[in-house]
Formats: sequence, structure tokens, C-alpha cells
Amino acid sequence: MKRNFITLALASALAGGSATAQAFCGFYVGKADAGLFNEASKVVMVRDGERTVINMLNDYQGALTEFALVVPVPVVLQKEDVKTPQRAVFDRIDAYSAPRLAEYYDPNPCHPQYPRSMAAPAAAQKSMGRAIAEDRAEELGVRVEAQYTVGPYDIVMLSAEQSDGLETWLHENGYRIPAGASQALAPYIRQDMKFFVAKVNLEEHAKSGAQLLAPLQFAFRTEKFMLPIRLGMINARGPQDLVLWVLSKKGRVETSNYRTAKLPANVELPPYVKFDADHSFARFYKTMFDAQAKRENYRVVFTEYFWDMSWCDPCAANPLTAQELANLGVEGVRGDTRRGARVMLTRLHVRYTPETFPEDLVFQETADRRNWQTRYVLRHPAKFDLEDCPNREHAERYLEQLRRRQEKEAQTLATLTDWDVDAIRVKAITAPHAPDEAPQSIAPGAAPDSPFERLWRWLQGDGAKP
Amino acid sequence: MSARARIAGALRRLDARLYQIAFLALLLGIGVLARDFSLQPEQVALTFAAGIATQRLWLRALGLSGVGVLSAVITCFGLSVLLRADSLWVHPLAAAACLSAKFVLRVHGKHLFNPTNLGVVLAVLLLPGAWVSAGQWGADLLIACWVVALGGVVANRARSFDMSAAFLAFYLGALGARVAWLGQDWSVFAHQLQSGALLVFAFFMISDPMTIPNRRAARMAYAAGVAALAYAWQYLFYAPNGPLWALFLCTPLVPLLDRIWPGERPAWRPAPPESPAGVGRGAVASQS
Repeated sequence: MKRNFITLALASALAGGSATAQAFCGFYVGKADAGLFNEASKVVMVRDGERTVINMLNDYQGALTEFALVVPVPVVLQKEDVKTPQRAVFDRIDAYSAPRLAEYYDPNPCHPQYPRSMAAPAAAQKSMGRAIAEDRAEELGVRVEAQYTVGPYDIVMLSAEQSDGLETWLHENGYRIPAGASQALAPYIRQDMKFFVAKVNLEEHAKSGAQLLAPLQFAFRTEKFMLPIRLGMINARGPQDLVLWVLSKKGRVETSNYRTAKLPANVELPPYVKFDADHSFARFYKTMFDAQAKRENYRVVFTEYFWDMSWCDPCAANPLTAQELANLGVEGVRGDTRRGARVMLTRLHVRYTPETFPEDLVFQETADRRNWQTRYVLRHPAKFDLEDCPNREHAERYLEQLRRRQEKEAQTLATLTDWDVDAIRVKAITAPHAPDEAPQSIAPGAAPDSPFERLWRWLQGDGAKP
Repeated sequence: MSARARIAGALRRLDARLYQIAFLALLLGIGVLARDFSLQPEQVALTFAAGIATQRLWLRALGLSGVGVLSAVITCFGLSVLLRADSLWVHPLAAAACLSAKFVLRVHGKHLFNPTNLGVVLAVLLLPGAWVSAGQWGADLLIACWVVALGGVVANRARSFDMSAAFLAFYLGALGARVAWLGQDWSVFAHQLQSGALLVFAFFMISDPMTIPNRRAARMAYAAGVAALAYAWQYLFYAPNGPLWALFLCTPLVPLLDRIWPGERPAWRPAPPESPAGVGRGAVASQS
């Protein structure tokens, strides 16, 4: 039996909700009272033993002169530890791991036949003053450990003895610290962590010709497998989103100090979500995520994807190449990643509030290697004329099953999204139908027919053996 | 004797293990039904099948009569609640190994390791695809669980409750001191309390009367040692599941402590009034 489905990957933007200004796990410190607030962060983390690489995507949209970033890190980072990875790689990893629709067509019950295979993946003002008053810094208990420019960023590594001193230093050096910063900084100082402070070097940024700020990457060795999120909560309004991709070697990554749960997935939805504007797949996913996060009182880290990076099924986008992985800081992958590169990708999505996530995220790499994805299934009913059907009895049975299935699909959609089930039923009946025949394009890199897909079909009862 | 007194008497004589089984079953039920425990029903079934079969085989092989499978059932519940695996064979293998160890690794008539602790540690160390999800418990549910656990333990007057209390006092004391020292908000401490793994550990693992020192003073020292190592594991070495590893590493100290401070061993079941206290307890204890 051959597979018959289309995957539609979700546009990544919805992962961040209604994000306008995306933020890091550090905090932005503005020079004016511009309404800076964090809404969503995108972070790619690489963890291999103690080697840790953090990539932060920055969708900052305010005036560049006002951009500044503070991130606590466990060690002093030197210039060679800091890089600016390609922005496009974030889009790639997002597309590869995005929630997806898989689409199937029921075989015509009058003429039992196996459908043809098709798979189409749709799917800081002028540079930071070099002459920093070292005496003053010393007086405040702040030490400038290192200072350098990487890409469009002027970076200062600070260590501090007192949170008040650090706050004062940042104030005096032109950063407007949000109220409460001192209290939030204190635990990191006590743990002897350093502070990575970045501003935009306008000259360098202009030279690069880029519209948006380059992402930042820093690499270090630490036994702490964690991500500081508390600082970013200072200037946040309402719940914030973080989408985190973790590239590891052994297995699925989860948080050890918060509950990690899988989102409801691998369920059948009414096929109209493919065409409907109000209930589109993107809207469905966003609404479903909103509803789930709220139901869990913003206390849960959701797993959206976990897969061995050497393949995918169905593929929302091709796996990352060795080059792309290297760009994100993964070491030791050469040649074709499809040949057992042993890079595991976990995609976590968390919506948090300062109250529900009082501690930074701490992770552990589990030994779990069971691939999992947020996949939703559309099954298009077969089209036939009952009057002309040579196999009428079989067709009537099919129609009866179909009615039950459609009701179940409507109930599923209503439960997951809190949408009105009657509205869903009406849409399911009146929605435009799927094309009679599935499009025939076969995209390059389409995943091969997998036992999983065959088993799925078999479980759905289309009669073919897996 | 009034009805109330009779009921109270009956409750007191009830084997503490029955209470433990009820509570662990509740935890497992909540975990599977209300929480994404990523535990397959087959894994639970295989754990119990392998665990109970192992216990029965050893009892028959050693010719022990009058000993049931209650403690094996507790171990199987413990393994199901704590251990996660991506295959079906990890759970039964761990159950068989740790329940066999109970009959093989014995010092002075007591088995050395708490079977659940040993099973989890062996699986994570030696078997591929096994792990412990420390964060799998939600926050809200656990407050209720603490109340039930404490209430149940107090009502049962379990003799080893001092062990749970001492460990919690030392460990939570250290966590609280850390929060205060770091200048963190106390909500962090409240968050750290909400760990189901800590709950299971404190009330069902470290308090196992068969694997703790006999003398009370030794038990206190032992609880402090386990708590200190668990804290260091978690907050100085930044590794997960500190208490589990700390108990595993400290267990070999128990025979040593028993030698320094010899004493009478605590039991699961209070001795029936007619039998001489030591004899009745010893018989049950050495075989459970």
C-alpha cells in the first residue's frame, strides 16, 4: 500500500503568538521609556556533555540605539566564544520541527483501490564607550572581564559583587534598568555567574547591510544544563512565550524542575481546517496552544517535537544539513546528516508568567528515543454516487462510518480549542470540498513510505496490511 | 471495648504496607490518568508480573513460608511511578533484578538496598533507554498529596516515620537556606517542595524499615548524610534526581552504622500483643 498524504507545516510566526518585539532570556534595557516588553524568545541550544552553545534569535524592532541585552552566563566568554549565526538557520530548524497537518484521502468504497503515492511538503547608539571608568567600576564591585566587538554587537563581560553595584554601573553607563532588576540580578551574582552585556555597534551593523539584527551565539562549558529566563520577566507584561530547540546526542530533553508534557496531537480534525479562514490550521494550532497553556495554568513546558535529526516523517521541511548544524554550534557532523548523524532535536514551547515559573529552566537529557511530533490528520471523504455504486452495501457501511468519524472530528476540534461545536459541524458540512484528486507533485526530499504511516492507515481500517 | 476503640485497634494493627500500596496506587493512577506520565500499561503489567514472579520464586527456593508478596507489590508500584523507559523490557528486568537483590544482598539478616531505589538506579545506569522524569509531577496536585501522605503516616504511626521527617527536615532546611542565601523569592522554595519524586522518596524509599539503621541516633545521622549528598548532587554538581543517587550511594553505610550503634530493627507490622516483642517483629522483618 502506498501512502497518500500532504503535510502542511505551520508558519513559524504563530509559535510566538502575537509577538511584535521578540526577546531573549536576558532582558532588554531601553534608554527611553519606550514600551519595551518581552513577548517571545527563540533559542537554539546545543548540549554535548558539558559543552553548551546558546543561539538567540533577536527580532527586536525598536530603535537600534536603544537595544541592549543582559544575559547571565556561568563563565567569562572570550571573543572566540561569541559568534553571529545565520538568521536563516532559525527558520530552517523552525520549519523542520513545525506542527504539521498530514492529509489523507479515503479510497472510494465502490472501487476499492489503493491511492497513488504523493507527498508534497508545503510547506546601541555609538559603540559602547571603550574607555570605561575602571576605578568607578571597582568602587561598585563591578569588573569588566572582557570587552570586544562581534558582528554588529559591542560586548562587555561583567562580573559583580553586589547587585546594587551592578545596577548602578549599568545605570551610569547608559542603560535604563527596569525596576526590580537588582533583586533579579542578585541570585546570579551569588552563584558567581558573569553577565554578558551587548549593545548594537551602529557602524558595524550598517556595514553588514542587514535589516534585522543578527542572532547571537555563545559557547561555553558548564555542568549546569539550564537557561536563565527570570531576568527576562522583569519587563514583561502578561504571559511570555519561549520556543526552545535543543540539539543533543542521547535523547529527548525535558525540564527537571517543571513538568514537561506533550501537546495533544496525532488526532483527526475535520478536513475543512485546510480551507477555512476562521478555523485555519494556523488558527487551530494557536488557539489549541492557548487553551492548553491556560488549562495547565501556565505551569507546563510543552514538547512540540522530538526526532532523530537524520530523517522525518512526514517531513515539514528537510532535516538540517551538516553546514547548518555547524552554524548553530553542533560539532562533529560531517557530510550527509541523513546518514546517522545522531543529532536529536527536541522542540519545547513554554508560556510562562513570573508567578508560575519562579525558577530558571533546568534541563535533563533523557534516554527517550521515541520520535514524536505534533501532527494532525485530515481525512477527506471519498466522493462517489451511491446510485451508480456497484458495491452499494459496502458504500452504505462506509457512509455510516463516515458520519460517526465526522462527528468525532468535530468533537475533537471543539475540545481542543473551546470553539463552538455547532459552528464546527456547520462548517464541516458547508465547507468547500477537497479537490477530487490529490495533486501529483512529488517534492524532492519527500520522506519514504514508513512502517509507521502504513500502520496508521491500517489502524484507520482501510483494509491494507501494514 | 467500644466500637471506636476496636476500629482504632484494628487500624493500628494494620500492616503499614497496605497503606503504602493504597497510596502508591493512588499516585500511579493520578499520574497515568491526569498527567502525561508517558508510561505504557504494558510496562506496568510487565513490572508486576516480573516482580511478583521473582518474589515467589525466591520464597520457594529459600523455603520461606508465611511471607507474602506485599513488599514486592510496593516495589513494583515504586518502579512504575518513578522509572521511565522507551522499551518494554526495562521495567520487568529492573523489577526482577532489584527483587532478587533483596534475597541475595543481605547483611546481618537485613537486605541492603531499598529494592525500588536499587531498581531505578540499576536501570538508569545499566539499561539503555531508561530514565527518571523528576519534573513529571504537576504543582497543584502535589499539595494534596503531601497532606494525604503526612496524614496517613501519622495515622499509621509507622515506626520509620522519624526517618522521613529527619530527611525532609535536613533536605528542605538546606533548600530553604539556599533560597535565603541567593536572595530568591520564597515561591522558589514552594516550587521545590512540589516534587512528587521527593514525596515518594521521603515516604516510601528512605523510610523503608528494612534498609535503615536500627538505632534512632544512627538513623538521624544517616538521614543527614543522605540529605547532604542529595543536596550536593543537585545544587553543587547540577545533576538531576539527587535523593535517588544519594540513597543508593549511602546505603552501604547502613551495616557500618548498625555495627557502631547496634539496636533492634523496626518492623512493618506492630508486634501482636501476645508474642514477645522482639521475636514477632524479627520474623516478619527479616523476610519482607
